Amino acid sequence: MSTVEQVTDVATDYDIFDPGYVVEPYPVWAALRQRCPVAHTDRWGGSWLPTRYDDVVAFARDVEHFSSESVTVTPAIEGVPGIPADIKAPPITSDPPEHHWARRLILPVFAPQAVARYEPYTRELCASLAAEIAARGAGDGAAQYAQYIPVRVISKMLGVDESMADDFTGWIRGALEFGLTDPKAQEAAFLSIFNFLTAEIATRQAAIAAGTAGDDIISYLLQQTVDGEPVLVDHVLGTCVLILVAGIDTTWSSIGSAIWHLATHPEDRRRLVADPSLVPVAVEELLRAYSPVTMARLATSDVEFAGCPISKGDRILMSFPAANRDPEQFEDPDTVIIDREVNRHVAFGVGIHRCAGSNLARMELRIAVEEWLKAIPECALAEDDETTWAGGQVRGPRHLPIVITGGAAK
Amino acid sequence: MKVQVIAEQCQGHNRCALSAPELFEIDDLGYASAKGDGVVPPGLEAKARLAAANCPEQAVVVEE
Repeated sequence: MSTVEQVTDVATDYDIFDPGYVVEPYPVWAALRQRCPVAHTDRWGGSWLPTRYDDVVAFARDVEHFSSESVTVTPAIEGVPGIPADIKAPPITSDPPEHHWARRLILPVFAPQAVARYEPYTRELCASLAAEIAARGAGDGAAQYAQYIPVRVISKMLGVDESMADDFTGWIRGALEFGLTDPKAQEAAFLSIFNFLTAEIATRQAAIAAGTAGDDIISYLLQQTVDGEPVLVDHVLGTCVLILVAGIDTTWSSIGSAIWHLATHPEDRRRLVADPSLVPVAVEELLRAYSPVTMARLATSDVEFAGCPISKGDRILMSFPAANRDPEQFEDPDTVIIDREVNRHVAFGVGIHRCAGSNLARMELRIAVEEWLKAIPECALAEDDETTWAGGQVRGPRHLPIVITGGAAK
Repeated sequence: MKVQVIAEQCQGHNRCALSAPELFEIDDLGYASAKGDGVVPPGLEAKARLAAANCPEQAVVVEE
């Protein structure tokens, strides 16, 4: 842990890793929207932070002035020994025109109809995890529930053995949660991911050559062509890195926040237990109120935005979580209205980089909430609330001790 | 009433088809379009307006 100086003015010195901000960022965003809607800091490599909905959306849409070359909230490490420098994570790190075909390549596997295939598996997984917690009468809604779900669904989609799930979880946390403030941890994590996927790709290539290819995403990507040419293996590798890194802690953070909400808002929980048909609308509201993901852009030239002199190479943090709590866009934004119907949230971003896995994430979140409520209709935070939160790029609970209250679970 | 999805603006959020599957359909890439001729059957007007209000890309247009 490094000692950092206390933040004195969030408008000029915000700290996205400040422990208080990670747990409770809402008052900071509210103050910034009033005083300085595009704030700046020199911390963590320097960045700009828009907090108004319209500004965040405008940055996201302006792909001409703001590149996706680096999307992490702190500067990425410059090269990892053992990983070729040209391995990126397309399409999230792509700009037009490459972005168009790189995204086109993965859209079919994440379309709503395609992810529906994984719904029965997801439901079975959630039901069995929730049943275990119900049987014990207590458990950790983050570490023993949310964190278990997306990593196993993604493993299944990649055609990787479920026994890799704990390794993946460690690598993902190393890449982002710990890695953004600890370059050594990030380096080690990316090298593990790179080595693992390189070996997986070699196995799939052999199976494709032998005519025994599986129907997993890695094999699918290896067999695609763009303009009649096979997709380069390094491109497939980068896209697989993206699927692994982007599809796991994001969704588990969202599920964890949803469980936190259910544990702390008995009236909402009981309403959903009584009327499960409300869950899809509730899921959108939970996505709005507890949006996990902030993405970055780099300015491609000197440009003025909302009166701010942004220089070429400056980092902009598109706080979708802050946008989704803007009172100009949402009535009573800091209140979760569990049946909120008018809800143009941007939890999955907006514009050409809309989260490619949004249909998968939404399916997982819906099923995780449904199965939790079935097994655990009554619960609360454990008495000595030891909830911990991670923040920065992805915000959500990491420990969420829950006790089951009321009558015995079904 | 008619609904229409502006294809160049749709980014595949799927909000419209989730809330109004009677009015919208999704292709193999995840992009939306209005079902049939886009005419909104009686009783579904509120769903059509909500789909327009919730589209993050403002790609859903309702002609009253």
